[in-house]
Amino acid sequence: MESAQDAITFADIGQTFATRTGPLTALSGVDLAIKRHEFVAVLGPSGCGKSTLLRLTAGLVKPTDGTVSVFGVPVTRPRDDVGIVFQQATLLPWANVEDNVAFPAKHMRGRISQQDRDVAKDVIAKVGLAGFEKRLPRELSGGMQQRVGIARALFRNPDILLMDEPFSALDALTRDQMGYELLDLWQSSPKTVLFITHSIPEALLLADRVVVMGARPGKIIADYKVPLGRPRDERTLRATEIQDLASELRDLLIAKETS
Amino acid sequence: MSLTTQTKDPLLARLMRAPGLLPALTFAILLIVWEASTWLFAIPTYILPGPSRIIGGFDAVPFARWVEHIWATLRVAMFGYVVAILVSLPIAVGLAKSEFMSRAFYPLLVVIQSVPVVAVAPIIIVVLGTDDAPRVLITFLIAFFPLVVSMTAGLRATPPELIELSRSLRAPAYREITQIRLPFATPFIFSGLQISITLAVIGAVVAEFVAADAGIGYFIQFSTSMFRLPEAWAGLTLLVAMSLVLFQSVGLVQKLFMPWSLPQK
Repeated sequence: MESAQDAITFADIGQTFATRTGPLTALSGVDLAIKRHEFVAVLGPSGCGKSTLLRLTAGLVKPTDGTVSVFGVPVTRPRDDVGIVFQQATLLPWANVEDNVAFPAKHMRGRISQQDRDVAKDVIAKVGLAGFEKRLPRELSGGMQQRVGIARALFRNPDILLMDEPFSALDALTRDQMGYELLDLWQSSPKTVLFITHSIPEALLLADRVVVMGARPGKIIADYKVPLGRPRDERTLRATEIQDLASELRDLLIAKETS
Repeated sequence: MSLTTQTKDPLLARLMRAPGLLPALTFAILLIVWEASTWLFAIPTYILPGPSRIIGGFDAVPFARWVEHIWATLRVAMFGYVVAILVSLPIAVGLAKSEFMSRAFYPLLVVIQSVPVVAVAPIIIVVLGTDDAPRVLITFLIAFFPLVVSMTAGLRATPPELIELSRSLRAPAYREITQIRLPFATPFIFSGLQISITLAVIGAVVAEFVAADAGIGYFIQFSTSMFRLPEAWAGLTLLVAMSLVLFQSVGLVQKLFMPWSLPQK
């Protein structure tokens, strides 16, 4: 099942956490292969361990069982070619947009070079925030803050972009807008994206593949190819061929929430 | 026309909005009532001197001697305060970063905090002598605990995502403290610094009560033993002013150098 062009592979992953009430199995028997430059959305109820998948890929947690590999190499520590976007933008409130975006350079090397600033300005422009380089996070809207969060993840030009419900804290309109812009970004500079979400329309709009997870213990219960061409836009979700898949996903999630 | 008639008395409304005017007015009325009642009820000055008598109390001592007293108290308070900051910072980093350190040392800190420093002060004076050292130690003991608590809380309040970001960058571990945790703790640290600086003044005064030959605390005790109450009240007034100025200075430093750490209006 592992092929040379796979960017991320999960091989029989089990994840158990020690908690106050005893061991908790977060993931069990997870097998998943994600191709290079594929956009995969992971959909599931809360507590199904979908964020753990992301943290395993980032090398922030080690799996209890199995192996996570990136480009065929087992992940033993955080890699340089992986960028993370969190649910909250979590910017540094004392630093302006440019310094926030270039923060990885400052954190790794102790200072921000002129070259880092040029790169930062470039990714800031890519996320549509040109002209806001010197603003502080508190002066920006929630959507703009999350754009800075995305720019920070893109700063090191990662091949893999991990996104942990990045738009769930935003209002519905901003959320849609950010989705379209993310697609533009992805199309102009392709990346492997692992996108964690609660939202069926969001998953269908963005992804090539939707992986559905069930909870307790977290495991993959379905894996669909999204039968839509690209580019996608406002009309995409109204296409009739997507309605059946949307309701099927809804049934799966509801069955899992109530069982 | 309709715009100008919205308030009945625009001048009064504007005055009420002037910053600080309302509390100043309250304070002035309190002083007048205080002064009037000491005259009206003929309260003896050794029980309660009126504000005018207290102002007179300032004249009873030469200006140079006042400066000497203020400097003695301020010096000890500031010294103890700085020592408290320098000691509490590494302790807070240890407590915040390590569960082991926290479990091993926190109970000990609580015990130290629970010791009534006023009661230990005479012992400290006997052990360390009568120069500044024992007074600085007493001040430190009173001022440092709130600093440790607020710094530890602040260092722990960092968003976990940023710690993950730090780990994902594989940066040197100390930078997690200097570039993420400490700056994030700034609002907490400053509230601790503000509480602590007024405690430092209290600490210096407590030390002076036990053993000193200068300082406002010493002066208050000396004056009361001579039944010179207006002078004691004058000293007390100076202490209040000193605490207020120091408290506001800490706030000003935060406002000037770390405006982002203040709550948004």
